Amino acid sequence: MISHETVIYENSFSLEGRTFKNAGYISRQVKTLLQRMKLSKEVARRAAIVTYEAEINICSYAERGKIILQVTPKRIIIEAIDEGQGIADIKLAMKEGYSTATEKIRHMGFGAGMGLSNIKNFSDFFHITSKVGKGTHLKMIIRI
Amino acid sequence: MTLREVQEILEAEVFFGHDQLGMEVKTAFGADLMSDVLAFAKAGSLLLTGLTNPQIVRTSDVLDIAAIIIVRGKSPLPETIRLAEELNIPILGTKYILFETVGRLYMKGIVGCIEKVSDKRDFS
Ligand SMILES: Nc1ncnc2c1ncn2[C@@H]1O[C@H](COP(=O)(O)OP(=O)(O)O)[C@@H](O)[C@H]1O
Ligand SMILES: [Mg+2]
Repeated sequence: MISHETVIYENSFSLEGRTFKNAGYISRQVKTLLQRMKLSKEVARRAAIVTYEAEINICSYAERGKIILQVTPKRIIIEAIDEGQGIADIKLAMKEGYSTATEKIRHMGFGAGMGLSNIKNFSDFFHITSKVGKGTHLKMIIRI
Repeated sequence: MTLREVQEILEAEVFFGHDQLGMEVKTAFGADLMSDVLAFAKAGSLLLTGLTNPQIVRTSDVLDIAAIIIVRGKSPLPETIRLAEELNIPILGTKYILFETVGRLYMKGIVGCIEKVSDKRDFS
C-alpha cells in the first residue's frame, strides 16, 4: 500500500513497560519532530494523541515496547510493537469501556477503556494484531 | 478572559506560569479520566481536573491545552510541577470543588470546549 512511497524520515524509540515513569516522553518527541517538519498543528496533535495512548498501553500492559515513526510525503505511519501479555479478544478490547486496568493504572487517570478507540478515531487507518503471551502490534496512519 | 482573571475568580494558587497569566482563554474541559480528555478536549482550552500526577501535564502537552487547573484544594506532585516547567504549561490550584469551579467560570463567560459529544470526527 505504501511501498512505492519514499520514506523521508524514520526513527524508532524504545520504551520500558510496567511503569509510568517515562509515559508520554515518546509522544513529545514525535510531536517535536513533526512540528519541525512544519506539518500542520492538527496532524502533529493527532500523531501525538495516538502515540501517547499507545505508550500508555505499553506502560500498562507490556514488558517493553518500541514506537516506530515513519514519514512519507503523504502520510505519517506510527507503529507500536510490544513484548507482553498480548490481547486474547481484540474485538472486546476495542470496545469503549472495556478495560482490564489495575488500580495503579486507574489512579493515573487511565483505564477507562477508551484508549484503543481513541487511537482508531484519531487515525485515518488503524490495524491491530496480537498474540497472547507474545505481544501486540499496532499500526496507525495519519494522512498529511 | 485572561488566565489572571481565571486565577482571581478561583482564588487560585499559581504553581507554575506566573509569567503567562496574560494569555487569553475562552473554553474549558473538566475530567479526571485522561482518555476522556484525550478524546474530547480541544486545543487552547483549560483543563480542570482533580488529578495531580505528571500525566495531567503529558496529556495537556499532547493536546495543546492552554493551562491546567487542579480542583478540590489538591497540590500537584513535585514531579508534576517539574514537568509543567519543562513543557511550559501553567498549572494552578483552587480550593473550589469541580462543580463550583465550572459554575464560577461559566458565569463569567468561559464555555465548554464542546457542548455535546458528536459522532462527527473533529480534530481541532
Ligand atoms: N499493548 C497491550 N498489551 C496487552 N493488552 C492490551 C494492550 N493494549 C490494550 N490492551 C488490553 O485492551 C484493553 C483496552 O485497552 P484500551 O482501549 O487502551 O483501554 P484501557 O487501557 O483504558 O483499558 C486493556 O484494558 C487491556 O486489557
Ligand atoms: Mg489504554
